[in-house]
Amino acid sequence: MNFEFSAEQIQLKDIARKFLEKEDSVKRARAVLEGETSYDEELWKLIGEMGFTATAIPEKYDGLGLGYLELCVIAEELGRSLAPTPFSSSVYLATEFLLKLGSEEMKQNYLPKLASGSLIGTFAHTEGNTSPTEENISCEVKDNLINGIKIVVPDGDVADFTIVTAKEGNDVGLYLVDLNSDGVEIVNQQTLDPSRSHASLIFKGAKTITLGSANEGWDNLQNILDRAAVLFAFEQLGGAEASMDMAKEYAMGRFAFGRSIASFQAIKHKLADMYIAVELARSNCYYGAWALSTDAPELATAAATSRVSASQAFNECSKENIQTHGGMGFTWEFDCHLYYRRCRQLAANIGSQSIWKDKLISSLERANQL
Amino acid sequence: MDFNDTTEEAKFRKEAYEWLKANADLKEGPKDGWRSASEEEGLEQVKVWQNKLYESGWACMHWPKEFGGRESTPIERVIWGQEISKFKVPGGYLEIGQGMAGPVMMMYATEEQKARHLPPMARGEEIWCQLFSEPGAGSDLAGLKTKSVLEGDTWTINGQKIWTSGAHFSDWGILVTRSDPTAHKHKGLTYFFLDMKSPGVEVRPIKQISGGANFNEVYFTDVKIPDSQRLGAVGDGWKVSLTTLMNERLAVGDASGPDFQEAFTLARGQDLNGSLAIENGAVREKLADWYCQQSGLKFAKYRNISALSRGETPGPQSSITKIVSGNKLQEIANFGMDLMDSAGILRSDEPDADQSMYQYGFYGAAGIRIAGGTDEILKNIISEQVLGMPQDMRADKGIPFNEIPSSNK
Repeated sequence: MNFEFSAEQIQLKDIARKFLEKEDSVKRARAVLEGETSYDEELWKLIGEMGFTATAIPEKYDGLGLGYLELCVIAEELGRSLAPTPFSSSVYLATEFLLKLGSEEMKQNYLPKLASGSLIGTFAHTEGNTSPTEENISCEVKDNLINGIKIVVPDGDVADFTIVTAKEGNDVGLYLVDLNSDGVEIVNQQTLDPSRSHASLIFKGAKTITLGSANEGWDNLQNILDRAAVLFAFEQLGGAEASMDMAKEYAMGRFAFGRSIASFQAIKHKLADMYIAVELARSNCYYGAWALSTDAPELATAAATSRVSASQAFNECSKENIQTHGGMGFTWEFDCHLYYRRCRQLAANIGSQSIWKDKLISSLERANQL
Repeated sequence: MDFNDTTEEAKFRKEAYEWLKANADLKEGPKDGWRSASEEEGLEQVKVWQNKLYESGWACMHWPKEFGGRESTPIERVIWGQEISKFKVPGGYLEIGQGMAGPVMMMYATEEQKARHLPPMARGEEIWCQLFSEPGAGSDLAGLKTKSVLEGDTWTINGQKIWTSGAHFSDWGILVTRSDPTAHKHKGLTYFFLDMKSPGVEVRPIKQISGGANFNEVYFTDVKIPDSQRLGAVGDGWKVSLTTLMNERLAVGDASGPDFQEAFTLARGQDLNGSLAIENGAVREKLADWYCQQSGLKFAKYRNISALSRGETPGPQSSITKIVSGNKLQEIANFGMDLMDSAGILRSDEPDADQSMYQYGFYGAAGIRIAGGTDEILKNIISEQVLGMPQDMRADKGIPFNEIPSSNK
């Protein structure tokens, strides 16, 4: 058994970590949060130059032709450093949609630019205050033109194109829409995590290109979401571990009642709980990484397990990090809130915790029927 | 990243499986296992089975060959554990000897003593118990008071031990005592092994909340132990104890009882308020939580096995496993009974009844969260030894043991 990343993958992770530290990724996240820009263009460009965006794209489309295990370790470091870029939208979602469902022509048109980071893609799915279902999606495609509104689209204001869910007749299909084309109106939306930008997309007869076969759209979507869930889980894992490390470091240096507060059992047990949550999440994420990289039949189970577990760990660590910091944790000045916000943003992206828990049990029900 | 055996591992797995196949029956389902009518019968069956393992070279995988072990690598030990779990074989009774007393004897006993005691331990012929905890020294084990006094080359022991699993059927015991109450707490301890049939040793069973009595109080009244049965130097008992306790954490494993699969199966067949329980959102959320915990522990174990396989030191998995699985068992036990509504509390003498399994878990979980290190002690260990956080302030540091307060009177 070798249930561990290879020496080369661990080295890549180390390179990503050092690069993001050197580039002050967390400080850049704060700058985006406090400033007017939607993302850090300079960091995005550097990430493209490092080849991170090209990781899992085959060489024939100008990618690096590495695998998903490599992308997982990079995702963890992006999560740890709160990188304020459209990486998740463009790489875990848009790129995956094209790789899995795009025609050869679409792949040739889009993938090389996605690989270099010169093109940004995203995914638009949500329409209201409820999780999208096959029934409640109301965006409509007719004669290759789309009408309807999508909301809280991550990076919707900076993306060049989006993949979108819409109904054609009774079937939910997946479509690609150029966001610079006629019939697209983009309205910036403020969220609780301004270090990641969001927008609503209003389609008024914009042109679409169908992705995959229209009547398999919903099933195809579930598969892409499962694949993306593993990568999102690694970002969440990185954020969780960073929050835990911050809490520990602060507790060690903070003195009260004449001693380091890290010597109080109330704080030690809190940290132990964080550590347990992180270890469970890490182990489940490795399972997800294995399933993703091998296209295992149990991908749906593994993806939901890593997603739920990593969401829980990030939630536990980011909220208890604030608690460990006391009043300082509640201030704008300390970075605790950056992780607290990102935790919630990542937990909302690609579907809520309840939905993923439900997916997990559903996939186990399917597996058990066999 | 893969789950495959290396060529040598696969060869070893095949060898293990084939031997087991020839000597035991495969389990027919997840609930299938070895059942004994009584403790006495179970003990006899374990002895017969262990002797068979010994004769075929499958006893005490991690021990040196000269004492009856196999000198297996850690990864082989894991593979053996995986293969044997597929078979109906008797178990229990031997873990304290082979897992804790054995390694300590190997480190501290004389060659003669090792030759006398280790092979019978490996064969399952002689059973051992661990005499550590006392009524006033549980989590704070070094606060123990059982007195040992040396006169000539004989020690006299007086005091009381508690929570001694299997003392009532054990032949030998490992014992830690206070030989110098004027020394600092951790400095005045001395460690021995003794014959449990020695005059002055009295074993009284403790009735547990489950009604069973697996462990005991053990009283010592002027019990004589020859100095030759001392393990480690006089006053070095704490150091020797730590060797034992390190092995204890490896020996106390997963909490046994209903887990995700049982709760999932129950929910899929049980009616809740007019429809199947599995269709209830709250039920699904709980099941998802337990699945994630179970899966996290399973893959944490795989990560540890991989570390072992590469010859690295594994992480603090046993501490995490015990905390998570004990609490999960307690939740699942309550959930299972709750799904049966009011009838969930009915006692059944039929071991296969759904109630029995969940009730066993209900009692067992309360115990597993304490045994072999409480949740709280394990969290101290994680925070201190893994995260490097400082020890709590101690009121007993730098004071002779007999001046440390031990009650509020």
